Amino acid sequence: MSSKLSSPITEYYGEFGGRYVPETLMNALEKLEEAAVEALADPLFMEDYRYLLVHYAGRETPLYEAENLARHLGGARIFLKREDLNHTGSHKINNVIGQALLAQRMGKKHIIAETGAGQHGVATATICAKMGLSCQVFMGEEDIRRQAVNVSKMKLLGATVTSVTSGTGTLKDATSEAIRSWVARVEDTFYIIGSVVGPHPYPSLVREFQKVIGEETRVQILNREKRLPDVVIACVGGGSNAMGIFHPFLQDTSVELIGVEAAGFGLSTPYHAAAINGGSVGVIHGMLTRLMQDDVGGILPVHSISAGLDYPGIGPEHAHLASTGRVVYEAVTDDEAVKAFRLLSEKEGIIPALESAHALAYAAKLAPTLPQSNIMVVNLSGRGDKDMDTIMNSMKGELTHGKSQSTESKPSDRRHRQPNFPMLFIP
Amino acid sequence: MTDVIDNRISQCFSSLKKEGRKALIPFVTAGDPDEETTLAIIAGLEKAGANIIELGMPYSDPLADGPVLQRAAQRALAAGMTPTAYLELIRRARVQTQLPLVGLVYVNTILQYGWEAFGREAAEAGLDGIVIPDLPQEARHYNGKPLSPLPLTEIRLVAPTSQQRIKNIVSNAQGFVYCIAALGVTGVRKHLTDLATDLEPFMATVTRYSACPTALGFGISSPEMVKDIRHLADGFIVGSALVEKLEAGINAGSGITPAMNFIQSLRDALDQ
Repeated sequence: MSSKLSSPITEYYGEFGGRYVPETLMNALEKLEEAAVEALADPLFMEDYRYLLVHYAGRETPLYEAENLARHLGGARIFLKREDLNHTGSHKINNVIGQALLAQRMGKKHIIAETGAGQHGVATATICAKMGLSCQVFMGEEDIRRQAVNVSKMKLLGATVTSVTSGTGTLKDATSEAIRSWVARVEDTFYIIGSVVGPHPYPSLVREFQKVIGEETRVQILNREKRLPDVVIACVGGGSNAMGIFHPFLQDTSVELIGVEAAGFGLSTPYHAAAINGGSVGVIHGMLTRLMQDDVGGILPVHSISAGLDYPGIGPEHAHLASTGRVVYEAVTDDEAVKAFRLLSEKEGIIPALESAHALAYAAKLAPTLPQSNIMVVNLSGRGDKDMDTIMNSMKGELTHGKSQSTESKPSDRRHRQPNFPMLFIP
Repeated sequence: MTDVIDNRISQCFSSLKKEGRKALIPFVTAGDPDEETTLAIIAGLEKAGANIIELGMPYSDPLADGPVLQRAAQRALAAGMTPTAYLELIRRARVQTQLPLVGLVYVNTILQYGWEAFGREAAEAGLDGIVIPDLPQEARHYNGKPLSPLPLTEIRLVAPTSQQRIKNIVSNAQGFVYCIAALGVTGVRKHLTDLATDLEPFMATVTRYSACPTALGFGISSPEMVKDIRHLADGFIVGSALVEKLEAGINAGSGITPAMNFIQSLRDALDQ
């Protein structure tokens, strides 16, 4: 909790971060920064935030030891931080509670947000319903088609869902359109961004509202095991659940931190969303970070089976932590994530989000290589209800074609995978 | 940047001022729908009374642009426009016209090309000024180092929402101050009431802190609108309304003539 800096809100992380936006937004971002610094230092504000985390979101979330899974894999003990048990089914609620309170404090009545899979959109619509704020969610037309249930939920909660048809009709375009819309309504509208991305101060602000994940985890494991974990693993799209769980462990150098990116059809193909492992430095959505771009700086369409990881950029603090080496970033394929999704469902009776299944897939590779005395924490960032159609389709493909749709992955991935993922029985 | 007296942009504004006229600054996307058409458009714009040409480098994710310019960028990119082709197009445009040429280029395009190389080559090609719509002064950092001034007139943007920022932005402005007339992204605003409501005090603030010429842009769409606001600035930038007419003309098979007639009508409205 203690910080060497006077405020946890920082503009640059090493060379990354900043505020690369049209001038029309600059004043609003300056005011937001000022309000954020004040609010985070205001005990009354933080009390309101924590009250809602407990009584509305249902925190704290359990740190559950997945003994069946660990026994099945052999090797390290595995603990799951159960962010899937939050209200609305993922860690996204932590951030929207904080930002909605900040919007209220700043006297803004209108909320806009972007969403990919719909989890952030649903969380935002939820808190807006509770707090009596108007809510408009921008969502790519392709994602609207893929995530019909979440669209219905947002509408039920009173939000307007605006279909974004520009570009590839996915999260990157929804984010661009939310920013464009904000430019026009900046005086009375608060933009609740869903991840540790975007122009300063959003990356710091969202991390501050997500670091409760890591703070709880740290206390829980110390209480239970009287020691810190050896490894903490989280999936990374924009990277908010990962920043949330990593941040309180950054100074604990004995704790290995691993971010897991979406390798899609494989890092050797163009169909992935691994900004650290396969991207380069540039500007996207107002931040200098690592992103998937072509050689003239055009933002590339990316692919992941998980809509929440289907984003060409990554939070600037992650780009910095990758360059310092404090966090190691790995990547797993669609195929591996689907297998991990099914493995956790079968072994523990917990259906994870496809995003979180990426973290699990890497954990499943790593656990057997570690001694049984080691403790691994995996951030189970969300639940998988929303992904059932995707999984059923993927299983159908496997049944009819004898393999899943996404088969390309590095040979080394295959080698790792086989002993860890015995053929599962498909009913 | 130091040759303020010699450069084409400053000369343009000072000679117009002597004549008591306003600058008409049309914007087109380079390579939309192809390079030859862009060169023909530039020639047509000069004939129709343009004083400065703003030439946009198309970008995949233009945050400051509305649907019309997004479509134009998509068409130009699909037709193969690249930064290298853009610089070549400027070189060719410079051969056919002596009008000041101002580029509009998103920051990531320049960073990936190489900041200094782009500035040097653009200046050599004959570009006079540049607008980087997503690079406020505070963000001039890359690789942990400050970005050096480009060997071009860097046009600064101010918006009605800039408020207390205006003074810092416009003091030491070069060429002209790009004053954003409407909140939101680029795009046609049909009525005067769709522009920012506080244009008069906004422009008064800008001119209080800067002697640099001013140009209003974003949303300007008709001769009537231009007549109503022509007292507010030294120049007027027209992008989406022009590109929309080019798009319609090309789609309908009537070519660029209707769009050039539109520019002529704006010229007439400014000169009346």
